[in-house]
Amino acid sequence: MANARTSFLAGARDELPILLGVIPFGLIYGISARAAGIPPLIAQSMSWLVFAGSAQFVVAQLVGAGAPAVVIIATAFVVNLRHLLYSASIAPFLQHLSGGWKALLAYLLTDEAYAVAILRYQQPSVAHKRWYFLGAGLALWATWQASTAAGLILGTSIPAAWPLDFALPLTFIALVIPSIRDRASVAAALMAAATVLLAGSLPFNLGLIVAALVGMGAGLAVEAAGARSRPARRDPPTPEESPAC
Amino acid sequence: MVMSPLALWLVLLLAGLLTYALRLSFIAGWRYLRLPPLLRRALRFVPVAVLVALIVPDLLRPAGPVDLTLDNHRLIAGLLAMAVAWRTRNVLLTIGVGMAALLVLQAIQ
Repeated sequence: MANARTSFLAGARDELPILLGVIPFGLIYGISARAAGIPPLIAQSMSWLVFAGSAQFVVAQLVGAGAPAVVIIATAFVVNLRHLLYSASIAPFLQHLSGGWKALLAYLLTDEAYAVAILRYQQPSVAHKRWYFLGAGLALWATWQASTAAGLILGTSIPAAWPLDFALPLTFIALVIPSIRDRASVAAALMAAATVLLAGSLPFNLGLIVAALVGMGAGLAVEAAGARSRPARRDPPTPEESPAC
Repeated sequence: MVMSPLALWLVLLLAGLLTYALRLSFIAGWRYLRLPPLLRRALRFVPVAVLVALIVPDLLRPAGPVDLTLDNHRLIAGLLAMAVAWRTRNVLLTIGVGMAALLVLQAIQ
């Protein structure tokens, strides 16, 4: 019988393989922040004040390139817009939680914690999901602080030829493939892929958010088309139907 | 010229506040940000759409322009990783095989 503690540990455990991809990314951020001339204390503080890898990386590069503050903030905002989608998609499952839980879990809502937690939330009749989310989120948080610090300390002693950054897309591949289960998801994936390639020249990384929206629209369209030609399958339980978690 | 530490702190704090606001948005405001049922159904596709949008540029455009040739080692390694993920659903194996494939391809050039 699962309890809070086992759920917490399960979340941390399920997050572990993903940390394999996050550690190199943290190292790379630390290295670039140093190369950009950002004082180590400030660079490390970004890891818990912003706590978003790709945004931190982009900020470091823009600082190094001497970009104006407004551009840096705007770019960080657009790069992080996808978290709005994560928030919308996971919010229904968190509505019964206290303000403190919501505030804390929202803080921990990174790509990697979200990807693991949403899979859990989409499973019916598993309790204590907030502990699972917390476990995954804290495991990631701790690893991020440590790996960015390591990157700041080790600096350029890590060979530049090592393709450390490839670990992150590999992690995302590992997470996304199992979630492509039906035709609607395939459509969402294909359209998102096509769009992000076509929209690559948009400024501020807007291509990402446009691709996400197009992918979502495509998934919805295929799902609706399928529903019209077939009697309704039993839908997955809505958040309101799930037991307290 | 690097920004002053004070300017950096301000940028950092603002970026942090905005990021947290984005993350907290629907979680805190679900009741007030009434989404029509259509959009709520669309949310199911967020993980797939966003993750794909994050992966594809890294695989197909590692150096700028789109590269669909066999010289694109990341593409080959990525496709292999997808196959491993498809068959095994094992995160560690996927990352391991993908990384090993990239290193091998880069070594044999």
